[in-house]
Amino acid sequence: MDSNNKLNLGRYGIFGGQYIPETLMNEVLKLNESYLYYKDDIEFNNELRLLLGNYAGRPSMLYYAKKMTEELGGAKVYLKREDLNHTGSHKINNVLGQALLAKKIGKTRIIAETGAGQHGVATATAAALLNLECEIFMGEEDVKRQSLNVYRMELLGAKVNSVKSGTATLKDAVNETMREWTKRVSDTHYLLGSVMGPHPFPMMVRDFQSIISKEARAQILEYEGKLPSTVIACVGGGSNAIGIFYNFINDKSVKLIGCEAAGLGVDTDQNAATIATGSIGVFHGMKSFFCQNDEGQIKSVYSISAGLDYPGIGPEHANLHETGRAEYVPIKDEDAVSAFEYLAKTEGIICAIESAHAIAHAIKIVPNIPKNDNVIICLSGRGDKDVASIARYRGKKIIEF
Amino acid sequence: MSNIGKAFLKGKAFIPFITAGDPTMEHSYNYIIEMAKSGADIIEIGIPFSDPIAEGPVIQRANIRALKNNVTLFDVFSLTKKVREKTNVPIVYLTYYNPILKFGVEEFFNTCQKSGVDGVIIPDLPFEESGEVLPFSNKAHVDLISLIAPTSKERIYKLATNAQGYIYLVSSMGVTGVRSEIANDLNLIVDEIRNLTDVPVCVGFGINTESQAREISKFADGIIVGSAIVSIIENYCENAKDEIIKYVTKMKAALI
Repeated sequence: MDSNNKLNLGRYGIFGGQYIPETLMNEVLKLNESYLYYKDDIEFNNELRLLLGNYAGRPSMLYYAKKMTEELGGAKVYLKREDLNHTGSHKINNVLGQALLAKKIGKTRIIAETGAGQHGVATATAAALLNLECEIFMGEEDVKRQSLNVYRMELLGAKVNSVKSGTATLKDAVNETMREWTKRVSDTHYLLGSVMGPHPFPMMVRDFQSIISKEARAQILEYEGKLPSTVIACVGGGSNAIGIFYNFINDKSVKLIGCEAAGLGVDTDQNAATIATGSIGVFHGMKSFFCQNDEGQIKSVYSISAGLDYPGIGPEHANLHETGRAEYVPIKDEDAVSAFEYLAKTEGIICAIESAHAIAHAIKIVPNIPKNDNVIICLSGRGDKDVASIARYRGKKIIEF
Repeated sequence: MSNIGKAFLKGKAFIPFITAGDPTMEHSYNYIIEMAKSGADIIEIGIPFSDPIAEGPVIQRANIRALKNNVTLFDVFSLTKKVREKTNVPIVYLTYYNPILKFGVEEFFNTCQKSGVDGVIIPDLPFEESGEVLPFSNKAHVDLISLIAPTSKERIYKLATNAQGYIYLVSSMGVTGVRSEIANDLNLIVDEIRNLTDVPVCVGFGINTESQAREISKFADGIIVGSAIVSIIENYCENAKDEIIKYVTKMKAALI
């Protein structure tokens, strides 16, 4: 048994691993080898740096939110502006890395899941730029809710498949993308959008996203001459959170806080707060925390934010939680919506409803953090996509085209 | 010799699959008994799961129908015990790993042993991760049946030399479901496995017709048929008995 356990790859404590059908095993093992080679390859890194700089618009700024700081009356608030990247969120960091890797290993086609469409749009963008055939899998419910993003992906040359199986949302889109991958692995790379799935995905996506904290750490040291006391990010699968946490993990003085989607509340069954309401399980290729019932059936989850509407969390987060290195807090829809409006009025920034979960928690805790400290919030994406649904939430009637 | 091992002494094995609780537990019981009577050598029982990532649309729908009936693992164990009172046909569960984990791995395999389950297939537990269940399945004398795929290649050695019960050779890429074409180099993979182990090799995924069954049984020890039978149940629901008997009888007869 021990000899078997030594073969286990990609563990974060007890979490992670490679729980996938045999048909995919060789492909995933090969992907791991290729990634380990290219991540230290000078040419690969130069090409990626060029894409991130000239195409995605990195480095993203670390913005001092002066008005917010004054209003909250506590620590200085900094926003890491991933919303200003090309395609409007942190998703592009991972997508460019994986698409470039796919090309290097000779793949001609990429497939990806998407919830609200942010990862799908980013993937279609990279596919257009790098001449890769692209197919996106999106739950039928999400296709209906996000028709504009569907059209965006089509404009970018991608084929969008509407997924009708199961609950017809993000988890089913992941199921269907995995099924598609088992049908056609030889020319196809599955461009997973978060720090989830079987190894090497959680590691690879984390590495590509860790540029967020690499920049933020250097920026805050330059501006403030010291580390932040607290770093806050929203968590669904957890890619922007691991991105902003990663280079602070060894800085023990820095408190790391992930904000989960509590939907209508953790005491209801209408939430997606995996750490607060889930338990340990194996799903989508990894061992982690999942929202599930007593029979081990995966629950359908709910959040106003499609990007956080996922029943699991990445395995590295599960371990950061288990070891106490990071804290995970549930944030309700109503608090996220209020924070969305607050940031718009206070700083003139319309952020993604996902990121608004992090803002909401900052509004709660920053007043109690000393003035000479500073706090970094990862503003993972911009909120144009959410404006219509926030209006609906507030009962405003606006005409959508 | 294990109950599964004995099933291969009589010649080529026909292994039908049904999803437990589709359309009801009572019908699953009747269909299993009839399949055993009609010549099924081993029966695979699928434990319903919310997200069966290795299944095609037909078995996905069966999972949904079964879950609507709130089928639990406890119910499937009860069903198995009831089947055991009537027949000794080897029973193999096909289940995703999460329901086992939630039930408790040790408890699951102990209950398998008590209920008369001979083997378990876990499609999302590859060889590398099997170390966390093997101590318990071995202790309970339940075979952990492994899959070999057309993409397994250099992995075949460790999969075959560690195999228990029978080897489930996946006929083609993708998910379960009826196919008109089956990979044509399957016999080469079977030859390769045979050089490594005496564990019987059964081919599944996509097999539907008598002629496919006949062709494959020329080189394999058994064939596994899932979606074709689940389709019959989908079409005839509570009245599928006669059709199932007819189908199992003719498929068994087709084996060489």
